Amino acid sequence: MTLELFIQYFFAGITYGSIYAIVAIGFNIIYNTTGIINFAQGEFVMLGGMISISLLPIMPLPLAIAAAVALTMLYGALLEICFIRWLDNPGVLRMVIITIGLSILTREAALHVWDESIRSLPYFVGNEISTVNVLGARVSPQVFWVIGACGLMVAFLSIFFQGTSVGRQMRACAANRKAAVLCGINTRDMVTFSFVLSAGIGALAGCVMSPITSTAYDNGTGLAIKGFTVAILGGLGNSAAAVAAGLLLGIIEAFSVSVLPLAFQDAIAIAILLIILFVRPHGLFGSGTAAGLKEF
Amino acid sequence: MRRLLFLLPLVILVVGVQVLTDWTDTRYYLTQLTMAAYYSLLIIGLCALMGYTGQISLGHAGFFAIGGYLSAALTTRNLAFFQDQAFFRLLEGAGILATGQDIYGAELVVVAPWAACLVAIIAAALIAWLLGIPVLKLKGHYLAMATLGFGIIIYRIALASEYFGEADGISEVPPFLLPFGLEVSGSFAVREANYYIAWGLLIMGLILLRNLIDSRVGRALRSIHGSEDAAGAMGVDTARCKLQVFVLSAVFAAVAGVFLTHYNGGIGPSEAGVMKSVRYVAIVAVGGMAHLWGALVMGVVLNFLSLRGVFGSYDDAVFGLILIGIMLFAPNGVLSLLNFSGVLDFFRRRRRRVKEPGGLR
Repeated sequence: MTLELFIQYFFAGITYGSIYAIVAIGFNIIYNTTGIINFAQGEFVMLGGMISISLLPIMPLPLAIAAAVALTMLYGALLEICFIRWLDNPGVLRMVIITIGLSILTREAALHVWDESIRSLPYFVGNEISTVNVLGARVSPQVFWVIGACGLMVAFLSIFFQGTSVGRQMRACAANRKAAVLCGINTRDMVTFSFVLSAGIGALAGCVMSPITSTAYDNGTGLAIKGFTVAILGGLGNSAAAVAAGLLLGIIEAFSVSVLPLAFQDAIAIAILLIILFVRPHGLFGSGTAAGLKEF
Repeated sequence: MRRLLFLLPLVILVVGVQVLTDWTDTRYYLTQLTMAAYYSLLIIGLCALMGYTGQISLGHAGFFAIGGYLSAALTTRNLAFFQDQAFFRLLEGAGILATGQDIYGAELVVVAPWAACLVAIIAAALIAWLLGIPVLKLKGHYLAMATLGFGIIIYRIALASEYFGEADGISEVPPFLLPFGLEVSGSFAVREANYYIAWGLLIMGLILLRNLIDSRVGRALRSIHGSEDAAGAMGVDTARCKLQVFVLSAVFAAVAGVFLTHYNGGIGPSEAGVMKSVRYVAIVAVGGMAHLWGALVMGVVLNFLSLRGVFGSYDDAVFGLILIGIMLFAPNGVLSLLNFSGVLDFFRRRRRRVKEPGGLR
């Protein structure tokens, strides 16, 4: 493999990898505050892309993206308020089934609103054929938008969780929900807020990736499974590890194309998921002792 | 014999529906009822796993597809190419091979349907066993995702491999000849016979599961659902029990897959899709989870409506909506809303009151 080809695959890998990382962080935010895996996480990404594409004819690109993110956040809040907030102490099986149902309904609604066709946003800078030369390899400028946006989101989230009052309240909620209630934190609002936040970052990721990967109504499921793989790979709940795991999975997938047929690309991620679940359910970066206290 | 008495209303209903369609000249309904019966066979198997043992599986369409695809591929793919090899003669000597014709009338040498059926079911059981050992150690989200992942891998394999016909699936599957001149196929001449074959199979499955659930093993399974740790402490081999039920439900799915494939004369990748697995889970949930009758009734009714095309292009959406509605408002199934169990309890209590004095004296 030549150096150019290597760099080409590498960039493809980190582009997809950063998207997976963002989806995985979306899983983690909700998991941390509620203990729920939100199976509808991938649908937020799809909605972000789809809404921004539909808004593009009536407003400039940055505004369309901002509006799409805001609308998806609203949708996330609505889902939580309508379907999750008022259940007291639902079992895991019940929550799994409800979020699966929500993902199906979102997807079917998208099918009826936007039909089956595959759409995409225009490239933010240049067009399909404009490239940047990196060590002899040709990389689309959109790749840097994706990587940059994902990097910014991760930085923003870490500042938010460390530095702001709401962020600290959410972390308290994650650490011990009962204790958080006793400290006067409104944990129900925190749960709603975690849905809003993960809908928002999912939607933004959906917008920046749309020019490269295109958006269709059924994008969500695949992304949700990849994102979940990454979240497990890094250790559920650990967002910094999710970034590393996301990049790892993206790069493995990108290089697998040179060995395996494209149709099996998805099977690789799932095979990794299954192996990790069997061998190290606490993730590559999780500690084994802490895992002993959790249920898998 | 008294244990089987509970089936009498069902048998009467099955025969009654057939007679009714005969009178009213609406025999075309039997086709969808036959298919619905096969899907329900899978669903009651899943009900034993999900409802009674409390283990979710989002990969049962995968087992259905293993059964369907293997029997379809083995009974349609020409083996004449291997004519000179030792294993071919071995198969021929064992009477496993059959001859057929492809659509152009050329001679085909294929595996006989009964042998293909056996291979498919054994393969599904084996895969379920191998998968179950690691997967059933997981709980909750992890179990859901792992089984979902298995389902997607099967879907991908069906979609990507030439042997399984890629996106087109496999068609021209020959009829499955049974003893007494019966055959499983979609031809109109044997529509009534097939209706009874499907329902006979479903009722046999129901008896098997009823007996299982009322037995020592069944009580162990329900104790696992209640609390796995407590069940383990009481001496239940939880890992083994879960694995056995998982394999059993996979076999139910594979049998359904084999028969439905022969009945339809083909199978396509959509049968292995994630939405199918989700749909089966939805139906078990609507039936009330730990409720074989509920699963059976809902399985037949919802599959029948779906196959008749009542839901139109909202087919998947309807199942999603059902899933959410049930889980939000009636996690114990729709039958619990009607307070059906209250009525049953009433009858049981009366019967016991009559019996008890006799038993005591």
